[in-house]
Amino acid sequence: MRLLLPLSLLVVALFAASLLIGPAGLGLGESLRALFRGEGGPVVLVMQEIRLPRAILGLLCGAALGLSGAAMQGYLRNPLAEPGLIGVSSSAALGAVLALQSGLAASFALALPLAALAGAAAAVLLILLLAGPRGGALALILAGIALSALAAALTSLVLSLSPNPFAGMEIVYWMMGSLADRSMTHVWLAAPFMAAGMAALLTLGRGLDALTLGEDAARSLGVNLSRLRLVLVLGTAAAVGAAVAVAGSVGFIGLVVPHLLRPFAGARPSVLLPASALGGAAMLLAADIATRLIAPDADLKLGVLTALIGAPFFLHLIWRLRRVEA
Amino acid sequence: MSVLKPGSERPRRAGAGRRLSALAALLLVAAPALADTAPARVVSMNLCTDQLAMLLAAPGQLVSVSHLASDPLSSSMVAEAAAFPANRGGAEQIFLMHPDLVLAGTYTSLASVSLLRDLGVTVVQVPPVTALDQIPGQIRTVGAAMGRAAQAEALVAEFQAGLAALATDLPPRRAALYYPNGYTVGEGTLADDVLRHAGFDNIGARAGLTGGGTLPLERLVMAAPEMIVTSTKYPGASRSEDILDHPALVDLRAAAGITSSDADWVCGTPHTLRALAGMRAAREALE
Repeated sequence: MRLLLPLSLLVVALFAASLLIGPAGLGLGESLRALFRGEGGPVVLVMQEIRLPRAILGLLCGAALGLSGAAMQGYLRNPLAEPGLIGVSSSAALGAVLALQSGLAASFALALPLAALAGAAAAVLLILLLAGPRGGALALILAGIALSALAAALTSLVLSLSPNPFAGMEIVYWMMGSLADRSMTHVWLAAPFMAAGMAALLTLGRGLDALTLGEDAARSLGVNLSRLRLVLVLGTAAAVGAAVAVAGSVGFIGLVVPHLLRPFAGARPSVLLPASALGGAAMLLAADIATRLIAPDADLKLGVLTALIGAPFFLHLIWRLRRVEA
Repeated sequence: MSVLKPGSERPRRAGAGRRLSALAALLLVAAPALADTAPARVVSMNLCTDQLAMLLAAPGQLVSVSHLASDPLSSSMVAEAAAFPANRGGAEQIFLMHPDLVLAGTYTSLASVSLLRDLGVTVVQVPPVTALDQIPGQIRTVGAAMGRAAQAEALVAEFQAGLAALATDLPPRRAALYYPNGYTVGEGTLADDVLRHAGFDNIGARAGLTGGGTLPLERLVMAAPEMIVTSTKYPGASRSEDILDHPALVDLRAAAGITSSDADWVCGTPHTLRALAGMRAAREALE
């Protein structure tokens, strides 16, 4: 609770900042009034149709990525497990791109999140299969690199072959992610999947706590490991798949956030899971606000900012792992 | 409007455009042999010169036009273009057509153009027009290069009569050109000039844009346009074009008039008058 309360306050503050910062430069009172007022006027339109969905998606996608990272790291007992690094996000992006370019998403709106979910689920299953139940660091990273590269290549191929000249230029969007010009339609499309996925992942806290003692100990404590794994796969696929379907793949949040918060959570997954969800939301909201402040007209991608923080962090982790393994 | 296609016109500064037109005119004066003897085999490798060449050529004179001339989203003369073999602007392909004259844009692949010149082919580069009053000069430039000055004068007269007939003194109303990724154009562009002639005040120009740039959706909404001109969507899906269906824009469309820019907006040709006529009708509908 001592951890969750300040994190919640941070998320609330960043959510409000995300609503109040934008190129239109609206006044504080005016924007808040427009947010809650019913009808009419351009300010109402800007607040309710442009800024609100962006802030909600920032909150949900960040929470989904942070929580998935914490859950996967808890299950594999490996600090490198992160949806972006091990190819879950890029496989979800491939699913989303296939749904969009095949026209499936146009004829049946739910096809977009469902296809991204299928891509993410396939990736999580493949990673669990390849890395084994212990999730050795080397096997996990090698499998992740291969899967990421394959999914990214197929995504680029599909987009390059599209008859739409804009599609080819959107390769960077699917690799880096962005929340620019998202609408309430995207919120309604993705939010139920993200909420369901996150709710499923949050139930894993006790099982993951037990798993820190080892698989045998966990089993003797009455944890059903195959059920835990199934919930992990489905929960991660739903949360990450839906997030990627509407925001592209934003990397490093699932890696950085659980690591930053682990010391405060006392290495207990049951505390780390909700904390990582809040931390992920805060990080993505902050990154999205930064894209608007740094280059308001350039549509700076979210992944640029998260990687600027995340990549040095990742190198630091590798450095420490090397010392431990040596 | 197809802002991405190679060879199509791009918004640019009016001053530079005029300087380049003057330069092109000078080059033509300096090469009287070109104007005197009409070239027998003309190849065009730019969407805009394609259309002017098709309008001006003597039977059999035009050998090939660019592949964009048969793209209905970019070209106003798809049916006419079907009669000509298409080229993709590569020097090798063009050279093997044995042209006496190659028509290109100033932004057409510079490597191909200089290679063709090295091979001894006459290449006339035509700058994109950035205002309606530059179109007659454009027609004359292409006409002179092709040895079809008389046809060019006839076309100019027809264009000027059409332009005069579309003049309006209605007070300006706010309009916005809004394209994928929130792209819009401001001052010094043909589209801006079309809006102005039709009795509109271009929000892109008001926002301080010269040439093209992005206008965030928020700022478009706050500018409360009374008319929105968007582009026709390409086949296949793209996130860039999603913005045209954004609920905020849909709400705005319900309040404002909406129309779609098409191939007639891309190049400065007599077909630009159709774009102008469409906008003028939209302006009158606001009264």
